[in-house]
Amino acid sequence: MIETRGLRKSFRARKGTVEAVRGVDLTVQAGEIFGFLGPNGAGKTTTLRMLATLIVPDGGDATIAGADLRRSPGEVRRRIGYVAQGGSTWDTVTAREELVLQARLYGIGKAQARQRAVKAIEGFQLGEFADRKCQTYSGGQRRRVDIALGIIHSPQVVFLDEPTTGLDPQSRAHLWDEVRRLRAEGMTVFLTTHYLEEADALCDRVAIIDYGQLVAEGTPDALKREVAGDVVTVGLNGAAPRAAQLLDGQPYVRQLEPIDQGLRLYVDAGATAIPHILRTLDGAGLSLGSIELHRPSLDDVFLTKTGRSLREE
Amino acid sequence: MKLLRDIWLIFQRQMTLVLRNPVWVIVGIIQPLYYLLLFAPLLKKALTQAGAHTDADVYRLFVPGILVMLAIFGTFFVGFALIAELRAGVIERSRVTPVSRLALLLGRSLRDVVSLLVQCLIITLLSIPFGLKARLGDMLLAYLLLGLIALMLSALSYGIALKLRSEDALAPLLNTVGQPILLLSGILLPLALAPGWLQGIARWNPFSWAVDAARALFDGHPGDASVWKALIILGVLTIASVTWTARSFARSIR
Ligand SMILES: Nc1ncnc2c1ncn2[C@@H]1O[C@H](COP(=O)(O)OP(=O)(O)OP(=O)(O)O)[C@@H](O)[C@H]1O
Ligand SMILES: [Mg+2]
Repeated sequence: MIETRGLRKSFRARKGTVEAVRGVDLTVQAGEIFGFLGPNGAGKTTTLRMLATLIVPDGGDATIAGADLRRSPGEVRRRIGYVAQGGSTWDTVTAREELVLQARLYGIGKAQARQRAVKAIEGFQLGEFADRKCQTYSGGQRRRVDIALGIIHSPQVVFLDEPTTGLDPQSRAHLWDEVRRLRAEGMTVFLTTHYLEEADALCDRVAIIDYGQLVAEGTPDALKREVAGDVVTVGLNGAAPRAAQLLDGQPYVRQLEPIDQGLRLYVDAGATAIPHILRTLDGAGLSLGSIELHRPSLDDVFLTKTGRSLREE
Repeated sequence: MKLLRDIWLIFQRQMTLVLRNPVWVIVGIIQPLYYLLLFAPLLKKALTQAGAHTDADVYRLFVPGILVMLAIFGTFFVGFALIAELRAGVIERSRVTPVSRLALLLGRSLRDVVSLLVQCLIITLLSIPFGLKARLGDMLLAYLLLGLIALMLSALSYGIALKLRSEDALAPLLNTVGQPILLLSGILLPLALAPGWLQGIARWNPFSWAVDAARALFDGHPGDASVWKALIILGVLTIASVTWTARSFARSIR
């Protein structure tokens, strides 16, 4: 449904150029929820804006819903919906008025635009506030209106830029349901997020982007399986550097990453590694704050690929 | 036809926004009154030197000047509203739709032209009791001129706003450009009163042509050379500024 090859974009900033996206190759299948995961400034929004025809790529090509991004951006526009990271409504008009206008901007006739607005208001449960001015909406309500606007013309693909950022857990869960409903209706959803749980729970497949380049792509399960083995987190008030020296190079430790107040160790099997770890630390007289064993998460995927944690921000 | 439909959609929405904002509506009506009631008496004395002897003479010189001034200052600052819209994300939301990019500009500019012409109409009607007389045909021509000024400057203002994208940069720039245009247009006083070198500079100001043309029209001389010259000059400038800004709308906007 979406295919990109070598997509790149740099911006001229005051201090030299920023290479926001440095060659992205992606394939998104029809009917899936595809997650684009990455830290702040990784190039998620820039990639989305290129795919949504808002900015012209410096290099590379893309086909979206069968239309060529460079040769027929107008055709791409008709087939996609895009919901920006910030808001998208005027303050002094109502959601219903916005929905009707947006449908009409897509070339839909007046009567049908009204019908579509009614349907969207039902579908996204906007009825309670749809005839109030947009400036009175809560964050979650606003976000639902934004998404309703993005899909008012029933596009084949919809791009959602950080649809749940800043929402409370309840509104987030509500929005996840809306996104799943879009998939059930046959839409392909391409969303960005920097919430690991969101990528994990909501997305069929994810791509992880860092500094404008993909570092991993696959289903959340496959990505986690790639990390393999188990993760042991040890809390070590202040003794972490010394412990790292001791543990690095031990046969049962595959990889080792310092974290806040401790270490994270990637091991083949937690049950056999933990006694070794304890013995090594104890032998050196290091006191242990805590020890924890868990299955790898997407954060571990990110950490093993980049050496940094997504959670640290 | 798609273009006309798109312009109409954008225009309608922009008009709704204006009418829902009571402050704008009130200011829009009070502003012309204030020009008319406070400025006119002030200028009466000065204008007698320029050959105005009766009240009707004063208004015939003064009203066209005020209308051109309103056309300049009522539309030159519309870019601010666009920056607010950029920030709200509504421009980006329109730009992902297949809506005509020219319509994104013209729908907005048309709103500016219509609001201006309503204000001009208020001033014209209110000046009639003071002795202003003019033929309908001449008036329509004068309004065409005013509409062109408004269209050109609002497009220019939007174009600059798209380039700068910040109110902090826009305000000083518009002021710096706007002030000399106003001072050298002979609006407040006819340039006939100015020293020669100033008249020389003013000849390069398209708006001084517009003011001369508007005065000729209000004086009942549609055949005056200043009229067709002003229409051509402003027509060309309008096409240039609309083209420039429409291209900015089509290109990337943050
Ligand atoms: N118009 C622009 N001009 C200059 N630099 C830009 C522009 N747009 C983006 N950038 C830079 O490009 C890089 C990528 O930005 P982008 O918005 O794509 O990141 P992101 O992954 O969406 O981040 P976030 O999670 O914070 O939304 C950043 O360093 C950003 O500062
Ligand atoms: Mg972003």
